[in-house]
Amino acid sequence: MITFDDVTAVYPGQPQPALHRVNAEIEKGEFVFLIGSSGSGKSTFMRLIRHEQRPTSGKVYVAGKVLSNLRQWKVPEFRRQIGTVFQDFRLLPGKTVFENVAFAMQVLGKRTSEIKEAVPEVLELVGLTGLEGRRPDEMSGGEQQRVAIARAIINRPKILLADEPTGNLDPATSVGIMRLLDRINRRGATVVMATHDANVVDQMRRRVIELVQGELVRDQQRGVYGAE
Amino acid sequence: MRHILRETWSGLKRNRAMAFAVMVTMWVSLSLFGVSVLVAEQVDVMKGRWYDKIEISVFLCTKVHGGATDLSANTCEPGQETTPAQRELIQTRLEANPDVQEVLYESKGERFADFQEAYKNSPIKDTFTAEDMQDSFRIKLKDPEQYEGVMNEAVTLPGVQAVQDLHQVLDPLFAALNALVWGARGLAALLIFAAAVQIANTIKLSAFTRRKELGIMRLVGASNSYITLPFVLESLAAAVGAIICSGLTVAALVKFVVIDRAKPFIDTLAWIGWDAAWVAILWIAVTGVALGVIPPLLSTRRYLNV
Repeated sequence: MITFDDVTAVYPGQPQPALHRVNAEIEKGEFVFLIGSSGSGKSTFMRLIRHEQRPTSGKVYVAGKVLSNLRQWKVPEFRRQIGTVFQDFRLLPGKTVFENVAFAMQVLGKRTSEIKEAVPEVLELVGLTGLEGRRPDEMSGGEQQRVAIARAIINRPKILLADEPTGNLDPATSVGIMRLLDRINRRGATVVMATHDANVVDQMRRRVIELVQGELVRDQQRGVYGAE
Repeated sequence: MRHILRETWSGLKRNRAMAFAVMVTMWVSLSLFGVSVLVAEQVDVMKGRWYDKIEISVFLCTKVHGGATDLSANTCEPGQETTPAQRELIQTRLEANPDVQEVLYESKGERFADFQEAYKNSPIKDTFTAEDMQDSFRIKLKDPEQYEGVMNEAVTLPGVQAVQDLHQVLDPLFAALNALVWGARGLAALLIFAAAVQIANTIKLSAFTRRKELGIMRLVGASNSYITLPFVLESLAAAVGAIICSGLTVAALVKFVVIDRAKPFIDTLAWIGWDAAWVAILWIAVTGVALGVIPPLLSTRRYLNV
């Protein structure tokens, strides 16, 4: 589903590459933790998958496509296959829960009848039934993250990228979010989650890819946060 | 589509003052642009009318003038009138010129009668006699702009005392009028440029306040046209308002200033009418639409690329 083939990414003006000769292959339906300290290259890794930047050298393949060959006008269509969740939720403050989730369908030009059917379904999946009319500032962090996840998966992406989704949440709430991501993964989506959260990684025991200063230093099935 | 329209509407509502300011700027710029079109049309109409009246006058030699130096031509024998043979030769040569439409002969007597008619209330009329007048040819040209060839030929013919042409009088006037036209155009272009910059800037601000939404749109894969369209429609709405206002401004100008005032007041000049107003309004509409579409496309571009 996602392949990094000898990928190096250098930001202009910085001597140290953000990623250096990274090779990795993520299969369809996998759940992968991407770990490493701040500045280790996790975010660059995610940005490359979303085609928000191009590698300086090497190739990134996502869903069977070489991203460097992707035409600019094809990018929006490509991004529809990827859902993204952030640490800071990125909800629209003026809109209700329902509207925030529906927004992702509206901007793709989906019909109102379709939206009215799909949104309650996905809200049920993330456990927010009954909160449709709330606004983000009336909700807890965990609830807001659930809204963001609902929005990320409403268009049924093949890949879900989660960038520190539990970074702003307390441990108990984090567990709930992880259960949700696990459920989404079981429904068939490939999940890549960048995280600092050792507890979460240790509990889940999934594949772990560790980056240190842009180098891939560990790629381990059923791994934990600290090297064993 | 309904969602796009709703976005446009809420954008307009949110930036009501801004949209109004943009509209007024566009109104003023487009109106001035329309006026510059009208001025150009007016100069064209006047040129057409005056050039239509332009004739080249070829004056023949008289006993009095013979031998006197003259600016444009002097092929006279001193003290001799143009002979009938010379006169005939001049007429045939002029008629044979491809630029000439018509050659009319006007004798001293006819000219004197004209003169007396023109100055019938003035004491001057009694100080001249028919002998003071000159025989002349009046030449009408096919194309009034093509006068130099005929003049150059006429001055070489024997028996021609002088060649006179109204271009010498009118050309500086038209040069001044052309300068006026280009000045108005330049000013209009400057204002339109300023309006374009203001629109681009306003849209940029409006996109900046909505950058969070735009980011999410891009994240979930909204197409570029979907993201841009509300901004384009927003400025297009302002443009349509401005087009209507400046169209009315130009129409009012033509009706109340030109048709109702200037035309009856200075009847001898040719004046523009409604057809010129329509030309100006058409130009305003085309420019206005371009002004509504191009700047937002340029200023939202950076929100679309990655």
